[in-house]
Amino acid sequence: MRHTISILVDNEPGVLARIAGLFSARGFNIESLCVAETLDPTTSRITLVTSGDDWIIDQIIKRFNNMINVIKVQDLTELTHVEREMLLVRMEATTETRAEILRTADIFRARVVDVGPKSYTLELTGDKEKITAFLELLRPMGIKEIARTGSVALAREIQNYAKIGDKK
Amino acid sequence: MARMIGAEMFFHTLIDQGVEVIFGLPGGYVLKVYDVMPKYSKSIKHVLSRHEQGATHMADGYARASGRPGVVLCTSGPAATNTVTGIATAQMDSSPVVVFTGQVPTPYLGSDAFQEADHIGITRPCTKHNYLVRKTADLPRAMKEAFHIASTGRPGPVLVDMPKDVLIGEDEFVIPEEVNIRGYKPSTKGHPGQVKRAMEMILSAKRPIIFGGGGLIWSNASEELKEFARRLQIPVTLTLMGLGAYPANDPLFISMLGMHGSYGANMAVHESDLIISIGARFDDRATGGNFAKFAPNAKIIHVDIDPSTIDKNIRVHCPIVGDARLILRQLIELIPAEIKADRREWFGRIAQWAKEHPLTYRQEGDKIKTPFVIDALSKITKGEAIIVSDVGQHQMWVAQFYKFTRPRTHITSGGLGTMGFGFPAAMGAKFARPDELVVSVAGDGSFQMNMQELATAVENRMDLKIIVLNNRHHGMVRQWQTMFFNKNYSASYFEVLPDFVKLAESFGAKGIKVTRPDKLEATLKEGLYTEGVVLMEVVVDHEEMVYPMIAPGGAMNEMILEDTETKITVESVDMA
Repeated sequence: MRHTISILVDNEPGVLARIAGLFSARGFNIESLCVAETLDPTTSRITLVTSGDDWIIDQIIKRFNNMINVIKVQDLTELTHVEREMLLVRMEATTETRAEILRTADIFRARVVDVGPKSYTLELTGDKEKITAFLELLRPMGIKEIARTGSVALAREIQNYAKIGDKK
Repeated sequence: MARMIGAEMFFHTLIDQGVEVIFGLPGGYVLKVYDVMPKYSKSIKHVLSRHEQGATHMADGYARASGRPGVVLCTSGPAATNTVTGIATAQMDSSPVVVFTGQVPTPYLGSDAFQEADHIGITRPCTKHNYLVRKTADLPRAMKEAFHIASTGRPGPVLVDMPKDVLIGEDEFVIPEEVNIRGYKPSTKGHPGQVKRAMEMILSAKRPIIFGGGGLIWSNASEELKEFARRLQIPVTLTLMGLGAYPANDPLFISMLGMHGSYGANMAVHESDLIISIGARFDDRATGGNFAKFAPNAKIIHVDIDPSTIDKNIRVHCPIVGDARLILRQLIELIPAEIKADRREWFGRIAQWAKEHPLTYRQEGDKIKTPFVIDALSKITKGEAIIVSDVGQHQMWVAQFYKFTRPRTHITSGGLGTMGFGFPAAMGAKFARPDELVVSVAGDGSFQMNMQELATAVENRMDLKIIVLNNRHHGMVRQWQTMFFNKNYSASYFEVLPDFVKLAESFGAKGIKVTRPDKLEATLKEGLYTEGVVLMEVVVDHEEMVYPMIAPGGAMNEMILEDTETKITVESVDMA
């Protein structure tokens, strides 16, 4: 199962290597990883997406918690949370496709961030499914290259909404 | 506040941390530390090892014998990489070793300078934590944190990398009053609700067993363990790392468990209905490695300071995270005044297993059998010496036949299985506890891996005994080749060995040799009670095998009990 894990760490050299090392040493794969400073410049937030069964995820989280530079770990998958990633995609723009690219971008609320004689570069923010759907629609029109950030995520303030129905 | 250079801060901080001895070897980027060292020689003794791996094992042996951090000092590059085996050894057995390495000056970091290696990168996976100090003023704080991290929670090795400019730079010496690391708050006491639940499980169990590990020793929990086991009348078995935590001569003790554990201990674990595991991590050598078939009818209470060991190999029913000694105290407080448990049947079965297949050996013929040596050593020293074993067959026989009566007297590389650990670790143990009889018990293979430290031992006028059990083979390798590789003895025989007696003499130590069983006792007595560094070479039978044995990947009730020509089939050897 896919898990989004949020890790608050010391903003110091080498911390990312410790996090990544835990994965490489055990042969686990990181699907995506985002790191940036938080409001407190001494800490960074890492949003990491990985896949594994409950045992693997449990081990990963415990190992993170053991690390001296890790301040807090949250498996957001267990919580209601918002998750977004950003996509930059450069499209081949020919006379035939120009209009269609812009129409598709409009439907997804993507923005044009660069225009050249032969290309458009679009920016889109959304969850993984939205980004994937957008790319699938663009693919037949000729994608030149893409860059994706990977997910960033935060837990929602109110956790109960989704669980109200489950309560006994 | 005094102004001083980094190298001086290094010693002031060591003194502040109560360090009395360091093990090391000088070189380029730490020369300033060695330059100021004589000023501090009244407070801190430096032991000059002949190889940095030796120094690291010495520090590890010192830590295991004393419970206090062992300290290593060496230079960069090859010196630092030489410590890596020692660091990984300490990590696997949770030993607090603090390693200080010199490093190229900060402006040259990453430039492939002379004797440069990425110590932080190389040791990241095998340390509990490591530090690259970038400013002279930061050195005391980094060192204090290193000692704190190494010796608290689940202990482990910490490396502090000190670039040359940090060591020669000058600044105010300020050592922080307290250590406050926001990401590091190891738990100590157990969760009261879990402790209560555990006691309920214990009181209702019919066939309980205590499964103790090295955590008992690191948390100094032996007294509590004795009280707990005796009041509740629960049999005790220990892992290799736990030996000594409970006296071997106590009627509740049923010997070591695991791959070469006793039949009785392994059967008792397998047949129990409640396993109370304290400071053990259910590794493949302790459980046989077949986690699916482990103790099928048992509920498991798992007491461990490291939450990541919980549910790692074995699913447990009642985890309690915290310090073994404190949790045992909490449990003891909950023991009711009157206990109604009737364990006659359970103790009867345990006694029966022990009677059916006791740990045993046959000393016959004119060749000395290694278990006979260990048995004699145990009897001569009344189970009271500090025995530091190496890795291989002799290590298992030490675990089976030496009757350890006190904690911190059995020292061995359990997790990493580092051949060459024993002799330097014995030296470290002797520095930690100079008034005790310390015996390094090694095989010929293991001893050759760090025998250069004989020079260090003699140089320090140590009173240290070394028994080299010489069977001219990598004995355990040979045993596996006998059992699992159709007796294809590939590369397990030594055509050339040193003359160990002359070798000892060439270093200025005393060497004696024994080949006949009837001379063994006299030779051991002579060697053990002669002052100075004494190497006793005991020529032993190379065909002797260690039994019982759980084949790798087996369950705990599937033991090979003796030498038979029956072909042994193993479903999977992937845990080998």
